[in-house]
Amino acid sequence: MGRALTVIHALGLMLVVFSAAYLIPLVSSFIYGDGNMLLDFLLAMVWTASAGFLMWLLTRRYKGELSIRHGYLLVVTMWTAMPAFATIPLLLMIPGLSFTDAYFETMSGITTTGATVLSGLDTLSPPLNIWRHELNWLGGLGIIVLAVAVLPLLGIGGRQLFKAETPGPMKDSALTPRIADTARNLWVVYVGITLACILSLNWAGMSWLDAVCHAFSTMGLGGFSTHDASVGYYNSPSIEAVMIVFMLMAVVNFATHFLALRERNLKPYWRDAEAVASIGLILISCLGIAFFLWWNEVYPVFWTALRHASFNVISIATSSGYASVDYAQWPIFAPMWMMFLACIAASSGSSGGGIKMMRTLVLVKQAGREFLLLLHPSAINPMKIGGQVVPNKIVFAVLGFIFLYFMTIATLTFVLLISGMDFITGFSAVLACVNNFGPGLGAVGPSSNYQSLTDFQTWVCTFGMLVGRLEIFTVLILFTPRFWQR
Amino acid sequence: MKILILGAGQVGSTVAESLVGEANDITVVDSDANKLRQLQDRLDLRTLAGNAAHPSVLERAGIADTDMLLAVTQSDEVNLVACKLAASLYNTPTRIARIRSTEYLNRDEVFSADNFCVNFSICPEQILTEYIAKLVEFPEALQVQSFSQGKASLVAVRAFEGGPLVGKPLSFLRTHMPQVETRVAAIFRQDRPITPEGTTVIEEGDEIFFIAASDNIRSVLLEMRRMDKPAKRVMIVGGGNIGRRLAMTLERDYQVKLIEYNKKSCERLAGELKNTLVLNGDGTDEKLMQQEHVDEVDVFCALTNDDENNIMSALLAKQGGARKVIALINRGAYVDLLQGGRIDIVLSPAHVTIGSLLAYVRQGDVAAVHSLRRGAAEALELVVHGDRQSSRVVGRRINEIDLPKGATIGALVRGGKVIIAHHDTSIESGDHVIVFVVNKAMVNKVERLFQVAVGFF
Repeated sequence: MGRALTVIHALGLMLVVFSAAYLIPLVSSFIYGDGNMLLDFLLAMVWTASAGFLMWLLTRRYKGELSIRHGYLLVVTMWTAMPAFATIPLLLMIPGLSFTDAYFETMSGITTTGATVLSGLDTLSPPLNIWRHELNWLGGLGIIVLAVAVLPLLGIGGRQLFKAETPGPMKDSALTPRIADTARNLWVVYVGITLACILSLNWAGMSWLDAVCHAFSTMGLGGFSTHDASVGYYNSPSIEAVMIVFMLMAVVNFATHFLALRERNLKPYWRDAEAVASIGLILISCLGIAFFLWWNEVYPVFWTALRHASFNVISIATSSGYASVDYAQWPIFAPMWMMFLACIAASSGSSGGGIKMMRTLVLVKQAGREFLLLLHPSAINPMKIGGQVVPNKIVFAVLGFIFLYFMTIATLTFVLLISGMDFITGFSAVLACVNNFGPGLGAVGPSSNYQSLTDFQTWVCTFGMLVGRLEIFTVLILFTPRFWQR
Repeated sequence: MKILILGAGQVGSTVAESLVGEANDITVVDSDANKLRQLQDRLDLRTLAGNAAHPSVLERAGIADTDMLLAVTQSDEVNLVACKLAASLYNTPTRIARIRSTEYLNRDEVFSADNFCVNFSICPEQILTEYIAKLVEFPEALQVQSFSQGKASLVAVRAFEGGPLVGKPLSFLRTHMPQVETRVAAIFRQDRPITPEGTTVIEEGDEIFFIAASDNIRSVLLEMRRMDKPAKRVMIVGGGNIGRRLAMTLERDYQVKLIEYNKKSCERLAGELKNTLVLNGDGTDEKLMQQEHVDEVDVFCALTNDDENNIMSALLAKQGGARKVIALINRGAYVDLLQGGRIDIVLSPAHVTIGSLLAYVRQGDVAAVHSLRRGAAEALELVVHGDRQSSRVVGRRINEIDLPKGATIGALVRGGKVIIAHHDTSIESGDHVIVFVVNKAMVNKVERLFQVAVGFF
């Protein structure tokens, strides 16, 4: 019991920090002069903060260092509690919204999935839209990374939390000696690039409100939009181009951005084998799919094909999930390949989802190793990525992860099939949720949304998003008996 | 000259042995008293047991009036500290350190007068690696040594049937290849030197030393023996310092396989090397060799620390069909025993590396020394100074110079250009003269000949 209370103590503190996130919608409702909204957001903020404060106060006696186990428990409870508290403004302001749908929406926001159950986004009040997009943005780099950055009192435990939340197989490469400094630096980089994105989007023709919202969801690789028609609403090549650039930036490990800024040159990008592989794969896919579409006469002009292929492929492959056209109408190869990319293309330490390019590289190289061993049984052939040797321990961890990943996808798909969903919708919805890219195919395709799902199906998808964002192990470990044994 | 040698390992004892013969006062310091006793039993020198980086030990070894310090212990750090101490506490004029780690070698400032005060650094492993790499590049040659930053080369090759020159007098070379300049510096027939004349007829099995501009090596080699295809596949046994460096040097241009016994080292090597296939196994395991197609290997190098293992794996590789096999042998007795046998090239690390040290020790301005034929012969690169009055060579034609019998001037390097020596070539001040000396006993005489008379200063 003591362990749970220690975690609740830290959780309370984090909720208090999280409540500060209401400041942005508060300020925006002040700007829009909407008194009711201001009150609703204030209420949500007070409820969240006081709930957190109470948790913290009542469990004061159990304050202690967070161990590895505490870390997993805290991260998972935090990632379930945050979206729950974040539903308050939605429930207050949108009449008739069920908690299930609200929770799906906020979970989709904070896990940067970008799937939505809401329609009529264009008429949603601006502060509420900002709140949805802010969740995207906060979830992108990780709310706990933020907490580690601003809460020095987490102490040593911070490193464990950091590891439990940050995606990717290798997390020991600390950029600075202190984990709090590392977290702070990552957030500084993140905020900096986001500001650049807001300015660029405004310059490209968006209103300030849309620019802020889209910058939030672009950097978090979330995919929320202020319009039902997503980015297709603008039909503007320059906006698409700006978003392409920033999505590609967000799909690279933020630690690499940090190194590049610190060294003031572009070499770190080139040294980061993962970034090279993922951007290379994405760009080649854009060209390939553009050619494919042009060849199949979906678009008569190659440049049009290239424009639509680039934006939609990059949007899905980076796990954002915007759409500028209804790509579900393209020949099935194209959307399938885009979803395949979404599974593998994002870098570890970026805000994208899926298996991560690092794990993909590990798997590809492992396959190569097996071939070499068949030919030269005595060969010693350690796995090297970017000139660095990857220990076997990590290779095994990756293999284990991949197994769990596919099992999760298969299991959740079966569950949806049992609930009566058709295969294409079910499979693509699970892929879209677990890989955090948002729109699927069929009934959940880019031209529609998740509104048509039953409550049960919505909860399954919600669970899929959580499991995908926290990279499976972190969540599933709580379900192992050994975790709870002393 | 008073010389202090720190470290009585392979390098230290070979240097000591070589320098004792040249009338120097030598003191050797090492922490292992046993090694020192063995050395003292054999050679006429003084020894002292103790830590070579301690001032008290250096003082007892007489560093105060030492002319030259050779820090050649196993440890880079001890060598660096000893040089620093010698410079700042005792004003030793010349300080030479053996440095293995590329971490230091890649940063010249480490050795500067402000830091560790090392006049010259040598890396025996690097020298040996370059030596073997040359042999891989020219698989037909027995030895390739370079002078003047690689502009001129001295190449040893065994004459085989099929070479156009075999069975013909040397003067035929001029008429057969008028565009390529070369000079045959020495011929060894059944291990006995023959002074090469225009009328000397090359026989099969002769060991021929010739000097040529480095670009011309291949065409000259072609005259002496039938050429094979250039080497492509290299197999190395032993992933120690030399094997690792060699693999690193060769892996870009050749297909390299490296066999190492120790699994831990294998993993480390495989991490460091990019294109080399690292194999875990015994270098004398013929099954492994067959599995890895030793019969298609062009150059096989046995480079472990163990002489016997190197011999056995080289013999097995030759038996298995490797085209050319090279074995690294430390024991002098073995080297003599194996020379000219089934192993194509027997390398004695001490003899390969000693030259670079000797160049610093010699009197006069010596740019390079290469020890040949296991130390019996020598090739020197001497820099000529002075004028017609003060020097006995400047302004004279080569046939006017009073060289001892058995010494030949092979080539000159003047202003970066290689000039092959003829009897009427005259020598100028500033020339680098490459002299081949058949018998080491004559080295002193040659050096004195090239020195500037005292009046010059």
